[in-house]
Parts: sequence; C-alpha cells; structure tokens
Amino acid sequence: MNVLARSQAPAPDTDTGVLLSARGLTKVYDTGEVKVQALRGIDLDVRRGELLVMLGASGSGKSTLLNILGGLDRPTEGDVLFEGKSLTRRSDAGLTRYRRNHVGFIFQFYNLVPSLTARENVALVTEIARDPIPPEEALEMVGLAARLDHFPAELSGGEQQRVAVARAIAKRPALLFCDEPTGALDSKTGVQVLEALDHVNRELGATTVVITHNVGIADMSDRTIRLSDGLIVDIDEVGRTKKPSELSW
Amino acid sequence: MVSWISALDRKLLRDLFHMRGQGLAVGAIVACGVAIMVMALGAISSLELSRDTYYDRYRFADVFSNAKRAPERLASEIADIEGVRTVETRISRMVTLDIEGMREPANAQLVSLPENGVPRLNGVLLYSGRFPDPSRPDEAVVSKAFLDAHGFTLGSNVRAIINGRARDLEIVGIGDSPEHVYMLGPSGLLPDEKRFAVFWLSRRALEAAFDLDGAFNNVNVSLSPGANPQGVIDGLDALLEPYGTGGAYGAEDQLSNAFIESEMQQLASIAAIIPPIFLIVSALLINAILARLIATERQQIGLLKAFGFDQREIAWHYVKMALGMVVGGILVGFVLGAALARLMTNLYANSFRFPDMIFRLDPSAFVIGGGSAAIAAIVGAIASARSAANLAPAEAMSPAPPTVYSKGVLQRAFARIHFDEPTRMILRHVTRWPIRAAVTVVGVAAAQALLVGTLFAFDAIDEMLEQHFNRTDAYDAAINFVEPMNYSAVREIERLPGVLSVQPNRDVSIRIRHGQLDERVWLVGVDPTGRQRRLLDDNQRFMDMPEHGLALSSQLASMVIAGVGDRVTLEVLEGERPVLDAPVTGIVNEAMGWPAFMDVDALGVLLGESDVVSGVYAMIDPDREAAFSEAVLARPSIASVALQRASIESFNETMEENINIMMTIYALIGGAIAAAVVYNAARISLTERGRELASLRVLGFTEGEVSYILIGELGLLVFLALPLGGLLGMGLAYLVASSMATELFRIPVTIDPSTHGMAATIVVVSSIAAALFVRQRVKTLDLIAVLKTRE
Repeated sequence: MNVLARSQAPAPDTDTGVLLSARGLTKVYDTGEVKVQALRGIDLDVRRGELLVMLGASGSGKSTLLNILGGLDRPTEGDVLFEGKSLTRRSDAGLTRYRRNHVGFIFQFYNLVPSLTARENVALVTEIARDPIPPEEALEMVGLAARLDHFPAELSGGEQQRVAVARAIAKRPALLFCDEPTGALDSKTGVQVLEALDHVNRELGATTVVITHNVGIADMSDRTIRLSDGLIVDIDEVGRTKKPSELSW
Repeated sequence: MVSWISALDRKLLRDLFHMRGQGLAVGAIVACGVAIMVMALGAISSLELSRDTYYDRYRFADVFSNAKRAPERLASEIADIEGVRTVETRISRMVTLDIEGMREPANAQLVSLPENGVPRLNGVLLYSGRFPDPSRPDEAVVSKAFLDAHGFTLGSNVRAIINGRARDLEIVGIGDSPEHVYMLGPSGLLPDEKRFAVFWLSRRALEAAFDLDGAFNNVNVSLSPGANPQGVIDGLDALLEPYGTGGAYGAEDQLSNAFIESEMQQLASIAAIIPPIFLIVSALLINAILARLIATERQQIGLLKAFGFDQREIAWHYVKMALGMVVGGILVGFVLGAALARLMTNLYANSFRFPDMIFRLDPSAFVIGGGSAAIAAIVGAIASARSAANLAPAEAMSPAPPTVYSKGVLQRAFARIHFDEPTRMILRHVTRWPIRAAVTVVGVAAAQALLVGTLFAFDAIDEMLEQHFNRTDAYDAAINFVEPMNYSAVREIERLPGVLSVQPNRDVSIRIRHGQLDERVWLVGVDPTGRQRRLLDDNQRFMDMPEHGLALSSQLASMVIAGVGDRVTLEVLEGERPVLDAPVTGIVNEAMGWPAFMDVDALGVLLGESDVVSGVYAMIDPDREAAFSEAVLARPSIASVALQRASIESFNETMEENINIMMTIYALIGGAIAAAVVYNAARISLTERGRELASLRVLGFTEGEVSYILIGELGLLVFLALPLGGLLGMGLAYLVASSMATELFRIPVTIDPSTHGMAATIVVVSSIAAALFVRQRVKTLDLIAVLKTRE
C-alpha cells in the first residue's frame, strides 16, 4: 500500500506518462445554511492509457471528483491539468469543447436517447466528433453488431449500457469516465459491460476512470484509489490481477 | 397543528406555483377571451341602456311616414287608427348649406318644431340656448356635432339655401334628437358632422318657406302598448296615399335606429365568434400541460391512491388545478374587459350622438365570460383527470415503462433523405406524440386564423371603397332633387359650370314582395348607357342593366329569397302607387345598401311617366369644383348634393384613427396566443426531455446544438401551422363576414396576400420570442444530476 501524503505531492508529471492531473482540489457546496465540504484536497495523476478504479462509499466525494475531472463542475480551489493545460480556467464553452473532443461518459442509467436506435445513438456523437469510429464498428466492439437498429426500449439494460459504451468510445476519447456503469445491472450483464470497457481500453488505449462502490471491480484495474470523506485514503497498484470474466459480486 | 388548507391543496398550490410560467400563458389566453366577451357584452348593454334612456326621455316614435303635402286635419284621423297613441305631424325637408371656407356644400335636414318647442314625439334635447321664437322665421336650433365641428356658437349665422333662396339662419339653441343618434347625411358612408346637420325651425317658418300652410309632409306616431305596428303602418299608408306618401315604416327601418341595432348585432357576433377561439386554445393547452404533469406525478398519484384517496378526489384535484390556472386569467379578463368596454363606449360617443353615453356592465357579462372560461378549463382537464383517477396504484408507483419510439411516418416518407441525429430526434418526437404536436399546430394555427379573420376587415373595407367609389358609384357628385323633376332639370345641371357629363336617375320607394317575405327598398332606375352608376355581377365584372325586369342586389335577393327567373311583386310607394309583377332578371353585387335596379325607361313605363328624374349623377372638372358648388347651391330644386371626394376624405379621416388602434390590438392578441402556445410546448418538451438534453450537454453538445433539438421541433410545428392557420383564417373570415353582415353593410371576404403575410409574421415573431425565452432554460440544465438520477 502506498499512501500519498498530499502536502508533499510531487510536481505534476508533464511527460507523456500523465494525461490528467489534479492538484489541491477542494469543493465546498454552499447551500446557504450549511457548507458541505465534498473534497478536502485531492492530488491525483491519471496515467495515459490506464484503467483507474475509484472506490468509496456514498458521500466520499468520488462523484464530485469525477464531475470536476470530466469538466462538468469546477473546484472551489485547486487546479486540473489536461495534457498540461488548466481546465479550471476554461469558460463554459471551453469545458464543452473539452468534453466534446476528449471525453467520453458512461452513466449509471445509460441515458440513451429513447427516440434514436442503437446505431443512431452512437451516430449522434460521431457526427460532432473529429475522427470517429464508424457507429457500426463501435457497436461491434461492444458485441452489439446484431442490434444496430433497435431502439433503447427494445434492448435489455446490459445492452443499453453497452450502446452507451459504444457511444462513449466512438469519438476515440482520450478519457473515458464511467459513473457506476454496472450500478443498475445484475452481475452477469454487468460483467458483459466491464468486458466491453476492458476491451476498448486495451484496443483504443483510452484512459478509463471507473467510479463504483463495488469493490469487486477493483481487481480488473491497473490502479485503484479509495476515497473517504473527501480525501484519497489509499492508492493500490492492482495491475489487472483479474479479467472481467473472472469477477463476480 | 390543524390547518385550514389540506395537504393535498398545499401540493396543488405549490404545483401551480411551480408551473407559473405555463399557468401565465394559459391565463393570458383566457384573459383575452374573457376580456373580449366582457367588452362586447358590456358595450351592448351600454348602448342598450343609453339608447333606451334617450328614447324614453325624448319620446322616440314607433312608426314614421311622410307625404308630399297632407292637410293637418288628417292628424285626427291618424290618431283614430287602432293602436296609435300619439301623433305628431311636422314639416321636414333636406336643404343645402353654404358654409364659408368649405368648397363643397353641406346638407341639412330642416325639421319643424311646434309653437312651444316641445314635440310630442321625437323631442329635441336642448343643451343650451332656447327654442326658436315662432314669430322669427330665421331662428334655429342646430345639432350639436355640426356646431362643434365648425366652431359655431349661439348667435352664429349659417346660410341655408331654402327653396332656392339663400337665408341666414341664426343659431339660438344647441340640440339633438333621438331620431339622429347616428347622423348619416345623404349618400354618406359614415357620419360626417361637418357636412350634415339637423336644423329645427318653427313650424310657422317652414310652412311659409315651403308653402305648406295648414299642411304637413312628415308624421311620427307612437303605439299603444301591445299594438300591432304593421296594422298602423297599413292604416297610415291608406290615409296618406292620396297625399303622395313614400310609405310608413317602423323603428327597425329608421336609419339611425337601424345603425344602432346593427352595431349591437355586430358586437353580439364578436362575443359569439372570437372568445370561443381563445377558450378552445386554452382547453387544448390545459390538456397538454396536465397530461405531462400526470406523467411526472405518476408515482405520487399511486401513493395517494395507496393512502386511500378515491378516484373522485384524484380527478377533482386535477380539475381544480386546471381551474387554478384559469382563475387569474378570468379575473384579469374581467378587469381588462371592463376597461375595454369603457373604451369602446367612449369611442361610440364619437359616432353615436347620445346626450349621455351611459356605461353599464351587466353582471351577466361576467357570469357568461367567467363561466365559459371555467367550462373550457374543465373540458381541457377532463381527459387527464380521468386517466389519473384510473391509474392502478401498484402500477402507478413503479416507474413508467420506457417510451417506445419507432421510425416515424415522416421519416419513412423521406427514407432517402439523410437526416442528422438531432433532426431524427425532432421528427420521431413529433410522430411519437402526434396529439401533442397537433395541439401545438392547432394552437398556433388558431393564432394565425384569428389574425387573418380579423385583419381581413381592413382588406374588406378597401374592397368596399374600391367597389363603391371606383366602380359602381364612379361619379363625382350625386344630386337629389326635392321632388321628381322633368328631364329638363338634367339639362340644367349639365349646363352648370364644371359639369363634364351627367347620368340621370330615378329613385322610387317600393315594397318588394316575394312569397311571405317583403322589404321596403329603393328601386333605382339606371340609364344603361351611363358610365357613372354601374352594376357589377358576382365576379365583380361590370354587367349590363337588364332591358326588362329587375336586378336585385344580392343582399336583397337573400332577404326575400328570390333568384333570377323568380317573379316578385312591386308595390310602388309614391305617385299612383301601382302594384305589379316583375321578373328578377339579374343579381348584382352592391357594397352598401340593398337596392333593386331597373332600366330607367322601363321604370318610367312602370310608373306611367316619361322623362321624369329624381336626381343626377355628374362628373365634375376638379379644377372647377368650387364654381360648381356655388352654382348648384343657388338652385331651388336641389335637396342635397354629395361630393364623392368629400365622402372619401371624411371616411379616411375617421377610419385611419381607428385602424391603427385596432391593428395593434389584434396583433397583440394574436401574438399572445402564438407565444403562449409555443411557450407551453417548449416547456412541456423541456420538462420531458430535460434529462435527455442534459445528457447531450454532458456528451459535449453545445447549448446551441441542444437548443436546436428543442426549438427545431417547434419551428417545424409552427411551419406546419401557418398554412393551416391561413385556411382556418379564411373560414373565420367567412364566418365573421356572414354573421356581421347587416342590412346596412355586406362585408366582402377579400384577403390580400399581404394580410396573410402580416399574420404569419406576427405569429412567427411571437413564436421566436417565446422559444428564445425558453431557450434561456437550456443554460440551467443540471448536468450533474443526470449522471445519477433515473427519470
């Protein structure tokens, strides 16, 4: 176990090894009456191409961290550097560009557009991407080549989530953020989704960050970090000890 | 803690507060509808009260007649007719006035007053001054509007041409009469206070001036309660027949009274046609809003049912919500309608000369306005309330199944076209919720239709003016003789300075009868070779005067239900009063009035006279108009002269003031409907698709791209609504025209392309404004929440 003391964090690594780095992130939600400290000072380097799992109970701050890293929210203090450039100083339009060009998202409840077929849900994103994978190819990568023209209402939960994976990776994102990707799925279909994630991570080299409270998933990661009460309490170099098919919960 | 308001009602109030934007939109539409209804009904009751008060206080007569010269002793015989209560004989004549500074002559009706100045019927309201001294023939009481228009006061002198002699009449009193509430001069289109006046002189003065000693030429009669007016009319006609009567008529044919009636009838049409459009749109919106709300509150409804609320309570809850949305609109509509009714009533004071324009809002206006809006709300709520009440609790508490989409009809129809995904989302959303899309299309179309159906009135006025002044009545001056004259009178007019050409005419008062129906009308004898008074067929093309038989104005044809080939009975109401049959040989299109036409020579044969004329149409050299006016004034045989140029000027003056006000009101109201409908559709769409749109924002779509999905759908629906609205507008125009048509006016349905364009522009601009307003909300989409929440 290798615990990083945040006060002695090394300078951000600007060589090719680090894609995204966070320094001194704090986040305070001010509801007027009470102030909630969601993050209390996070330093983190996300390495290019790795599959990083963030574990933590609800309220640990993992979703807040993901929102900030994903360009959906800004920290109260601290900075996030993507390829060495600050994200926190960007405008809303700048954050939209960051998400549009570099980031893929996978949501717990899939968030597919119900009025579009699987293929069209993927095309939605490839139409605005610079160098996309054709939607059919992306769906094939997640094992849905046979379900191209089905609407979300005609797909199972696992299938819907795999469409979401295909939609997220079709733009060849540098970063893939997955928020409880198996949270709404049973173990068997969850494994299928994790296999798809594992596959695209290896195939495309997309740096993948998965947040979950499912400890079992940690075994397929390169690294696992644990959050508690707004702080990183543990970083574990797992080194992909298991394949997704060997996981269960 | 015991509360005076139940928890469920608290939820209701909070829901209403939460939906306040949509509630305001519905409320605005309801307010417009209720306001128009209250305005129209309020204006009717005000006109009614003002009229009744005036008529009652100044003893407006029930039956009117005239003669060339009837001996005064006839008065007691008239009084003996069964059903007659009061008789007032008098002398009445049209004369011309020569007013300094006016290029054209004005016309005045001289009316005699009894010795004491107080007629038993059609009394004169004296604002100031006194009645004329019977011993002073040049003293007159003059109608107030004319004095105001010219700045005359008590003591001013006005030159009248009486029986060919210029006489300076001194104004000793300022007055008005219930006979002349609507003061329309000869061949005028609108009251023209500068060119038409009523002068009351002493009976003695008029007897002397017109050589009517011991005689009268005009008689008014009031009826005993319950008397049959037709019996009195027939009795009068029988008594006056030997003395050259033009025929007796009741109050419904009295010109001023007929205009008041016609105005009230038009207001009633407005109240019946326009507000329902608003209420239908509000019902449609309520239906769409509640359908969406119930989908959102599905689980809550399940919970309420699980707690034991019954179906009736759940349904009533949503009906109350609908009522809550309209109650504010009803109240605003009351206030606005009352204010508009007052404004209308004040405007009427300009065209209707009531001594006091009394403003009265009948409580029934509020009951009808508010009641119909409440009914519309309930109708709008009923389908949703029922579906909420019928939800099975267990089913309701589980989340709604995902919406099933399919490749819509639209897209299958355009299979070859490649749409981008956002456009596909738009098309599929429209075809997935066709009823909701239809509500938006119908709502926007209603706005467009309302605009077309009201703004066309201005085209109709243009059309009427064009037809009247440039086609059927293309003369410059219409001259009427005091009584039918020999043809030599035409030659005399022809020789007057400035006269370029003349066309004689012979007008005779007749009663036309077809089956059970009869109407008292003017039969106009027209010179078929003339180019100044012409006839138009149904297609607005000039048609030749039929050589024999009668041409009926289409208005008259429908009043007596007669067509070409039918035979009608004519009772001539003057001279020998012949009664004969004649075939209808043509139907003509007249912008105003409802005359019948005949070849002037054929009419002469009919009347057993030759070369007799009652007036002349003339073309005048515009440079010599002043010389013409001066010369025409000096002629004793002329009762009235009307210059078309003056009529047009006066008409335009009056109309221009009103047109801008009315245009603005219509534009605001039509725009409000379009904006409210689009706003509602956008809000519903945003509520329903907020999560979807926020997901797209997370995926890197810009605000603009996400807005396209939201607003593009509305753009498509508005685009579909415009042609539909144009068609509905044409239908509405027909409905408005046919229900507003009175015996006095027929409204042509002419819709200029620019009117469609103007209506569409107003609709599109209001829709864009509403859409941009909702677009602001795209900025506030919660991107983080969608990561976590299930719908």
